[in-house]
Amino acid sequence: MTATHCPYCALQCAMHLEAGPDGRPAVRPAPFPTNRGGLCRKGWTSAEVLGVPDRLTRPLLRKDRAGEFAEADWDTALDHVAERLLALRAARGPDSVAVFGGGGLTNEKSYTLGKFARLALGTSQIDYNGRFCMSSAAAAGNRAFGLDRGMPFPLTDVGAAGVVLLAGANPAETMPPMMGHLSAPRLIVVDPRLSATARAALDGGGLHLAPRPGTDLALALGLLHLAGSRGWVDHGYLEARTTGFDAAWAHAAAWWPERTEQVTGVPAARLREAADVLGAAARARSAYILTGRGSEQHAKGTDTVTAWINLALALGLPGREGSGYGCITGQGNGQGGREHGQKADQLPGYRRIDDPAARADVAAVWGVDPGSLPGPGRSAFELLDSLGEGGGARALLLFGSNPVVSAPDASRVRSRLESLDLLVTADFVLSETAALGDVVLPVAQWAEESGTMTNLEGRVLRRTRAFDPPEGVRTDLEVLAGLAVRLGQPADRFPADPDTVLAELGRATAGAPADYSGVTPGRLAAGEALYWPVRAGDAPTPRLFLDSFAHPDGRARLVPVAHRPPAETADAAYPLIATTGRIMGHYQSGAQTRRVPELAGAEPGVFVEVHPDTAARCGLGEGDAALVTSRRGTTRARVRLEPGARRDTVFLPFHYAGEQAANNLTNAALDPVSRMPEFKVSGVRLEPAPPEAGP
Amino acid sequence: MNTVHGARRIVVVGNGMVGARFAEEAARLDPAGERVRVSVVGAEHHPAYNRVLLSGLVAGDYTAEQIRLPVPDSPGVVVRTGVAALALDTAARTVALDDGTRLDYDELVLATGARAAFPPVTGVSAADGAPGEGVCALRDLDDCRRLLALVRPGAPVVVLGGGVLGLEAARGLQSRGARVSVVESSPWIMRRQIDRAAADILRRRYDALGVRVHSWRVASRWIPGTGLELDDGRVLAGDALVVTAGVRGNVELARDAGIEVEHGILVDDTLATSDARVHALGDCAQHPGGGAGLVQPGWEQAAVLARRLTGAEPQARYTGSRPVTRLKAEGIELTAFGEVHTDDAPEDGGPETLTVSDPHGGRYAKLVVRADRLVGSVLLGFPEAAAVLSQLHDSGDPLPADRLALLQGTAPAPPAGGAGEQRAPLVCRCNAVGRDELEQAWLDGARSRESIAAATRATTGCGGCVRDVDALLSGWDTRSPVG
Repeated sequence: MTATHCPYCALQCAMHLEAGPDGRPAVRPAPFPTNRGGLCRKGWTSAEVLGVPDRLTRPLLRKDRAGEFAEADWDTALDHVAERLLALRAARGPDSVAVFGGGGLTNEKSYTLGKFARLALGTSQIDYNGRFCMSSAAAAGNRAFGLDRGMPFPLTDVGAAGVVLLAGANPAETMPPMMGHLSAPRLIVVDPRLSATARAALDGGGLHLAPRPGTDLALALGLLHLAGSRGWVDHGYLEARTTGFDAAWAHAAAWWPERTEQVTGVPAARLREAADVLGAAARARSAYILTGRGSEQHAKGTDTVTAWINLALALGLPGREGSGYGCITGQGNGQGGREHGQKADQLPGYRRIDDPAARADVAAVWGVDPGSLPGPGRSAFELLDSLGEGGGARALLLFGSNPVVSAPDASRVRSRLESLDLLVTADFVLSETAALGDVVLPVAQWAEESGTMTNLEGRVLRRTRAFDPPEGVRTDLEVLAGLAVRLGQPADRFPADPDTVLAELGRATAGAPADYSGVTPGRLAAGEALYWPVRAGDAPTPRLFLDSFAHPDGRARLVPVAHRPPAETADAAYPLIATTGRIMGHYQSGAQTRRVPELAGAEPGVFVEVHPDTAARCGLGEGDAALVTSRRGTTRARVRLEPGARRDTVFLPFHYAGEQAANNLTNAALDPVSRMPEFKVSGVRLEPAPPEAGP
Repeated sequence: MNTVHGARRIVVVGNGMVGARFAEEAARLDPAGERVRVSVVGAEHHPAYNRVLLSGLVAGDYTAEQIRLPVPDSPGVVVRTGVAALALDTAARTVALDDGTRLDYDELVLATGARAAFPPVTGVSAADGAPGEGVCALRDLDDCRRLLALVRPGAPVVVLGGGVLGLEAARGLQSRGARVSVVESSPWIMRRQIDRAAADILRRRYDALGVRVHSWRVASRWIPGTGLELDDGRVLAGDALVVTAGVRGNVELARDAGIEVEHGILVDDTLATSDARVHALGDCAQHPGGGAGLVQPGWEQAAVLARRLTGAEPQARYTGSRPVTRLKAEGIELTAFGEVHTDDAPEDGGPETLTVSDPHGGRYAKLVVRADRLVGSVLLGFPEAAAVLSQLHDSGDPLPADRLALLQGTAPAPPAGGAGEQRAPLVCRCNAVGRDELEQAWLDGARSRESIAAATRATTGCGGCVRDVDALLSGWDTRSPVG
C-alpha cells in the first residue's frame, strides 16, 4: 500500500494505492485535513487512467506531418529532437524554441523545465497553462499583499467561519470534498449560474448572487459601497494595516445598489442582504472571501480580484486569524507550478526574472553567469499565438498540457501549432495536441513517479511512486535529462532523481518569497505540514500576514479599480453570452477523465446549459443538438435545460475536444496585467444543429 | 488649430456628476493627456460628488466625504472648484470666469446641470428667488446641510413634490426620525414614471412607514414655524419644507451666447449644440431621445462625447437611452421603465398589459407588451423579476409565453415531450450513487455508513448526503425481514 495524493485538482486529496483483487491498481480515500477521508468520483477512478488501452509506451515519430506516426526507440527520438533544436537555434537563435508547461507538473518538474529552458535552450520563450488559471489572482494577490499564496491559511480555518463568500467558484462540482469544510458557514455564492455550490448555499440558508457574466467587478464595487454606507468598514484596521482605502472607495462610491443592480442584474435588496450578512460576520472576525476562475478568467480578472480583495481589506479580514481572503487554486500543482520558473517572467521561489539580485542568486546555484540567463518572454496565449507563422518560435516542447482543448480560441491555437517546424509533446496518450505534432514522448503518470506538489493552501505534499511505469515509459525528468545532455549540457546539471532536484530547488529558493529550503524528504515523510515559506531548520508558515503583509512597509495595499465592460457584449448578431467551466466528472481538457469509462459514460459529450425560455426562443428543447457560434468558431452541443439559469447566458463545460470544444468559442482578449484570456465571456448565438452527416 | 503641445483644449463647465464623468472618461481614454487637455470649472466649492446619493446623505447612510467622485489622476485634467462661468464668447472661443480670468477652448462642454424649480407659493421663496425661512431644495451638498440642520428627530417636515427625489427624501427623513408629509399636485405620486394603481399601493407603503402622502393637493402658503397650508385649508405641520417639485435646466450661459435653447440646450446625436464647438451633456441638455433628470443618460452622453473628443472613436453617436427609474428607498423595491400609462383595455393592435395588484401585500406589477416585446413596466415589491425584466426591456428580446412565471420567478412548466431522458435523482451527487444502488448494497449486507461507503463510495465526496444515507439505512434496518 502506498500513501499518496490524487492526480487531479489542487485539493490534493490523500489516497492509498495498492493492487486490487484483480491485480489492477485500486484507490482508497485516506484521512487528510483537506479531504477529510473523502474523494470525488474522479479520485476514486483515477487509477484507471494508469491502464488506459491507448497508453503510449514507445516514442512516436514522424518526419513528415502528412504521414503517420511510427514507433521509435528513445535514442532515435531524442536524437532527432535535439538535432532539430540545435539546427533551429543555429539558424534562428535561441528564442526560436519555446517551452510550454503545466500546472499539474510536480515542483521538481516545473523547476527543471524552467531551468532547462533558460540553460539548455537559452530561450526566454517559456510559459504554462497556469496562465489560464491562476494568473489574475496571483497578480492581484501580489500587488495587494506583496505575496501570492492562494490561501494564506489552512483550509480547515475556513470551516470554522460564520460566513464564506465564494466569488466565481463552484467547489461542489470541481472539488467536492472541499464542501465538507463549507457545510457549517453560511455561504454567499457569486456565480451567473445556479451551480451546485449556489444550490448548496441556498439549501443552507445562504445567498446566491447571479451577476451577468463580465460584471462581477461592478458587483464587488457595489458590495464595498454597501459595506461603507452600512457601517461595516473596519477603519481601525485600515488605519493600522493598509494604505489606499480612500482612492479605492472613490470608485466604489459610484456603485450605489440600484446602479449596481442595473449593471449586474442582481437585485439591490439582495446586495444589501449580502453586505449585511458578510459585514456582520466580518465584525465577528469570522468571514472569508474566496475567489475562483469565475472572477479571474476575464480581460479584467486582475482588477476584479483586486475589487474582492479591497472588500476583504475594508472589512478587516486578511492577516487575522479566523478571517481572510484566498483564491481557490485549480490545478493539482497550480500553486507550486506558479512559483518555480516555468512562467515567462519568473525564476524559482516566486522571484522575478528581471530582478538582478534574483538572477545572481539563481545563477550561482545553477553555476552559470547571471548575464547568460534570458529575460522575460511571452505569456501563454501570446506565446502560442506567435508560434510558427506568427513570428515567434518555430519549435515547441510541450509538457503536461493540451492547449488545443484548454487554450482560448482553439482554432487559432491549432493553426499556430500546425505552422510549427517542430512540435514535441510529452504525454501518456496521444492527446489532441500531441496528435498534431512530430514527436510524442511517452511519460510516466503520477502514481509511477515521486515528487512534491503544493496544494491550494500552500502546503507542500509528497507524491510517492506506487507502481513501476510500463516498460518503455520515462519520467519527464528523465526526458529533460536526456535532451539536456544531447543539447550539450553537463550530465549532472539535470538530475532525473526527484529528491536530488528537490534539494537543488531548496537551495535555489533559499531566501526567496516562496522559500522551500526547509522542505526535505524526511520532513515530508514524517507528515509535517509544510506550508511555505519553510526555511531550512525553521518551522513552516501555516498562516501568512498575521503580523505584517509582505510589502516593504508591512501594509496591504488597496489598489483603486474601476469597472469596465467585457471585451465582447451581447449584440444583435450574437445575442447571448457563453461562459465556460468544469463539471464534476471531468478534469481540464479531459485527456485523463474522458478515458475513464465510468466518467465518460456519465458525461459523454458536451452540453449547453440554457434557460428554457431562451431555448424555446431558439427553437430548442431538452436534449436537442444545438450549434453555439461565436465570432471565432462553433461548438456542437446537446441542450440541457436549466430553469435556474440566467436568460441571457449559456454555459458549456470545456473538457471536450474537436467540434465539442467550448474553447472554439472563447475570446483571447487578454488582461493587461496578468495576460489572462477572457474565457468567461463570449458573445454567441444558439440555433438547432443540422442533422449530422451519416457515416 | 490653435493648440498647446498639439493637444486639444477642452473646457468643461460644471463639475457635477456628468462633467466629472466626462473628465474621468477623457483621462481613461487619454491617460497621458497627449490628445486632450481638459479644464473643468465648477461653481460649487466642494470636489465633485454623487448628487444621486444626497437622499442617502439625508437618511444618514453616507457622509459628505463618502459620496465624493474619483478625481482623474491624469496630467491632462485640471479641476477648479468654486469658480463659475459668467459668459461665453463663441467667436473668440473663450469662457469668462467669475475670478476675472478667461479660458480659451477648442471644444467646450456644457454640463451645467439643473436647479430646483420653486413653485410660486407664498412663503416658499423670497422676491429675489432665495428660499424662504425653513425652506430648502435638495440639489446640492449645501442644501443637504441646511436641511439636516433644520430636521430633528420627532420634528415635522413637509416634502413638496412627490416625485422620485421627494419620495426618496421622505424615506430618508423618516428613517432619521422625522414626521414626514408629502404633498403632490398631480393626481398621484411619481406621476411620470408609474400608473395610478401602482401609486396607490406605493402610497400605502409610505403610509405604513408613517409618511402621509397628499396627492392632487396644491400648496397655498408656507407659514414658517407652523407648516404648509393646502388648497383645501388644511395645514400640514412642518419645521422645514423640502422642495422637490421639479428642476429647471441651467441654460442661461448658452442662451446668452446665442446657442439654441428650448427647455434645455438643444443637442444632436453628436452632442453638439447649434455651435459645432460647443457641446452639452446631462440635465442642461435636450436630446431628441429625452432622458434628462436621470444620471444614466448623462453618463452615457459623457462617455460618447469623451470618445469623440479624445479621438478614441470620432464617429461615436448618442442615440438616446432607455432609462430605468429605480426608487432608492430602503425596504421599498420600485422599478419603472418605458411606457406604463397604457390603458388596461387592449384595443386591436395596441399593447397588451398584464397587471398583478396585491394591495394587502404592498405589491404591484404591470407589464406592457407590444408584439411580444416588453415596452414598459412598473414593479413594486418584485425585486428579482425587476432585474430580469429591465434586462429584457434593454435587450429587446421577446418575452416568454409564461409571463406570470417570469414575474413570480418560478420555473416554467417543463416542456412536454423533451427529447432528453430524465436524469435519475442521486443521493450522492459526488459519486453518482442513486437510491437503488444504495439499497442493493444494503441487501448485499452493508449495514453501516462505512460499509455503504466502501461498497458504493456514497458519502465520500462533499459529505452532504451523510444524513440522507443514514436515514435510508435506518429505514431499511427497521423494515421487517423479507419473509
